[in-house]
Amino acid sequence: MNLPDAPSRPDAEADIQDVPIHRQHPAWMTLRRLFRHQLFLTGIGLFGIILAAAILAPIIAPVDPTKLAMRYKFRPPDGTFIFGTDNFGRSLWSRVIWGAQLSVVIGFSVVLLNAIFGTLIGALAGYFRSLDNGLMRVNDALMAFPAILLAIGVTAVLGPSTFNVILALAVVYIPRTARIVRSSVIVLREMEYVQAAVAAGAGHWRILRRHILPNAMAPLIVQLSFLFAYAVLSEATLSFLGLGAVPPTPTWGNIMAEGRQYMSEASWIITIPGIALMITVMGLNLLGDGLRDVLDPRLRIQQ
Amino acid sequence: MAGVILRRLAGAVPVLLIVSLITFGMMRLIPGDPSSVIGGLSATPAQLAQIRADLGLDEPFFLQMLKWYTALAHGDLGRSILLGQDVVGATLQRLPVTLALSAYALVITVVFGLCSGVFAALRQNTVIDQLAMMFAMLGISVPNFFLGLLMIILFAVRLGWLPTGGYIAFTDDPVGWLRTSTMPAISLALLQVGLLARITRSTMLEVLRQDYIRTARAKGLPRRVVVMKHALANALIPITTVVGIIVSLLISGSVVTETLFSIPGMGQLLTQAVLNRDYPMVQGGLLLTTAFLVMINIAVDACYALLDPRVRYESP
Amino acid sequence: MSLLEVRDLTTAFKTERGEVTAVEDISFDLDEGEILGIVGESGSGKSVTALTIMGLLPQPPARVVRGSVHFAGELLTGMSETRLERIRGAGISMVFQEPMTSLNPVLTIGEQIMETVRAHEAISVRDQRLRAIEMLDRVGIPSAVRRLGDYPHQMSGGQRQRVMIAMALACRPRLLIADEPTTALDVTIQAQVLDLLMDLRDELGMAIMIITHNMGVIAETADRVLVMYAGRIVEQAPVARLFDRPLHPYTRGLLDCVPTLEQDRNRLVAIPGSLPEPARRPAGCRFAPRCGHRIDACSAAIPPLVAVDASHASACIRTDILA
Ligand SMILES: Nc1ncnc2c1ncn2[C@@H]1O[C@H](COP(=O)(O)OP(=O)(O)OP(=O)(O)O)[C@@H](O)[C@H]1O
Ligand SMILES: [Mg+2]
Repeated sequence: MNLPDAPSRPDAEADIQDVPIHRQHPAWMTLRRLFRHQLFLTGIGLFGIILAAAILAPIIAPVDPTKLAMRYKFRPPDGTFIFGTDNFGRSLWSRVIWGAQLSVVIGFSVVLLNAIFGTLIGALAGYFRSLDNGLMRVNDALMAFPAILLAIGVTAVLGPSTFNVILALAVVYIPRTARIVRSSVIVLREMEYVQAAVAAGAGHWRILRRHILPNAMAPLIVQLSFLFAYAVLSEATLSFLGLGAVPPTPTWGNIMAEGRQYMSEASWIITIPGIALMITVMGLNLLGDGLRDVLDPRLRIQQ
Repeated sequence: MAGVILRRLAGAVPVLLIVSLITFGMMRLIPGDPSSVIGGLSATPAQLAQIRADLGLDEPFFLQMLKWYTALAHGDLGRSILLGQDVVGATLQRLPVTLALSAYALVITVVFGLCSGVFAALRQNTVIDQLAMMFAMLGISVPNFFLGLLMIILFAVRLGWLPTGGYIAFTDDPVGWLRTSTMPAISLALLQVGLLARITRSTMLEVLRQDYIRTARAKGLPRRVVVMKHALANALIPITTVVGIIVSLLISGSVVTETLFSIPGMGQLLTQAVLNRDYPMVQGGLLLTTAFLVMINIAVDACYALLDPRVRYESP
Repeated sequence: MSLLEVRDLTTAFKTERGEVTAVEDISFDLDEGEILGIVGESGSGKSVTALTIMGLLPQPPARVVRGSVHFAGELLTGMSETRLERIRGAGISMVFQEPMTSLNPVLTIGEQIMETVRAHEAISVRDQRLRAIEMLDRVGIPSAVRRLGDYPHQMSGGQRQRVMIAMALACRPRLLIADEPTTALDVTIQAQVLDLLMDLRDELGMAIMIITHNMGVIAETADRVLVMYAGRIVEQAPVARLFDRPLHPYTRGLLDCVPTLEQDRNRLVAIPGSLPEPARRPAGCRFAPRCGHRIDACSAAIPPLVAVDASHASACIRTDILA
């Protein structure tokens, strides 16, 4: 589901002209531009809230999210129960915060697996022509499956659990990442400086590591930040369908699924985790937009 | 043109072959004994043996594969354990529902996504543009089941305007179909509307920068003609590809939408099948849906060729 | 009254680093049937001048700071877009540098010519078709009838530029602006296209404003020449006079390194240094840093364009001494 849309900043051209003047500090320039990018900052802010909640969960949500307390059930959000309670009287605050942790862990794991295996497969296919055909055939076949359906199929085989959700999402998204890495590598492989390194007798691994992969990073980083958003969204979808982490472990998806029965009298059980999910996904999308504008201003729709 | 389609059809063959291999292999990857998973804890050894025999699991791997492909060649994908019905039949029964819903969502997507994208591009950097892009960002960030739930709470539970779920076929009662399908279609379309709006906008901006647009203006064509004819005709080419991807996303998304709104389509069937360990159904349904999407994508490529004379006249 | 009267035309662009003036105080006249050459290095403001006259610059970022353009007595600057649309393509037409990208790839060339006619004249589709065929014939596209249904990618660069010219002239404009019409073409094709333009001028009698950085093209085509440097006109003269007795040191530099039509170059290497960016222009005479005849007074103020006689003007404070 890689649909980068092209940057639209009218000053993109001017930015490019800027580069040679400040050539001494490219990394610093990139950072400075990122931190002047308002949407990127908004994204960082939104995702930062969720990340902080995830990391600080044991401190800010000490109440056990699975602890039942029937006498407190269906308390609307107020001073005692910040986010109210659910049908079993469990603190929704605790459940949503711990759900955030799970979402972040799953999202991060999927991103990590993609960064490793997507890069590996993409680099191999892009660099070694002999491997390209075979690898990409399998890759294309995996991409032919509709994303969520494949994830559902894989969890059906493996059974529902946090770990299996990570595996399923990795299987779904790695081919897409590999494709992006592959297309950058194919372009870079033909570059003059790479050809020069080949002529100078540098080994394949050295060329890949030193000359190709560092230059293929920009589109990969952009992809990974969007991927984080898809992973969080897909995890919530799977657990909403009952295919994610098994209750009583709280995930945003399964909290919302349980809340469905009580939506007329206790709609906060649905809306609060839903909004948390939205903040996460939007934050990551904005972050990805910002990274794309700054790191890859020439990125165009590429199929 | 015909060359383009033939080439794509030929390219689809290995993809479908690998897709079928993956779906076949999947069920054999189930850890432990699938028959005990299917039969449950209370199953007697005799029942387990029966299940194994039904699924052909006690035969050698390659024989299983051979049998599976032979059956596949005859259009037989086995029997659904849950429904006691053959998989192809069950799929054919449910697919029209999913297709009707997806088509409705696709119409919403194209109308709103395309219009707001074009409009935003023409008003680049104005308030209208920023508002449109904010809505698009919201669209790609709101999970469709969350939007669905919010709409159910508001329009079905609170206001009582629309039913909370269920499905009436268009052929039975068009108004009933609209009443039962509108909320699902909107919640299904939202993500795609945002996606298409963003892509349409950036594609249009890219196209509007091209030399031939300047030529069209230099000829004195009215702005309306420059935009609707010269710019849009070119922007539609990359947008078509995106619409192909969107169809796939809609079919994918219908899984959760159908479950949420209790719509008896393919998505709900597959979810039920997974939850009930109805492996033949999962396997067959996945294969058929994917094959269907591969065909859709070939159709999209044909449209692509139709829109782009450079592809249309490409020598085969 | 001349066909085109440009006075003090100044166009600026809004950029990240503030507003930069691309062209400044451009004034000239162009008579009915005359061919005016505009020459200057890449970036000197030739295209911006042409596009400002056509009203084709996107505003913002572009802005006409001051000055006026009159075409056939009508004031173009500040005219509404709908009225401008009626003049573009019918009164003034333009041909661009890039024939490969200037035609719409998804429309047939027949349609692209016909729609131009349709936009300006109330005639039947049949007559539009006939006009398109006639124009293609005129610009030397063989078997025009058959080629109406062709797409741009099915034609060569030279043919596409011919189609562009056919399109531009389909409504018999009184002025054709040709912005480097031959730069992107092969040398032999360049000569053919220039010859075609000359022939068409003789047949149809329109005025032509031809923009180039090639002195050879100027010598072959123009009646009169404007030399631009860093956004300003530095010299203006009839073509024979300019080649015979150039006044401005920049023009002399250009003529010293005149590339023949056969060795077209983008950069005129014989003049040391390079054109300053609009945002980094020196005070006073903009050519001073590259000029061998520079004195201190050159940097004091921008030298105005001063007429030495009825047809010849130069913007150099040392004209008298150097002449
Ligand atoms: N859209 C724009 N934004 C900012 N500056 C611009 C823009 N368009 C042109 N300029 C500036 O205006 C100046 C003149 O450009 P112009 O295109 O007219 O040059 P030219 O003489 O036509 O050169 P060439 O021979 O390369 O076509 C240049 O310095 C350019 O940087
Ligand atoms: Mg130019």
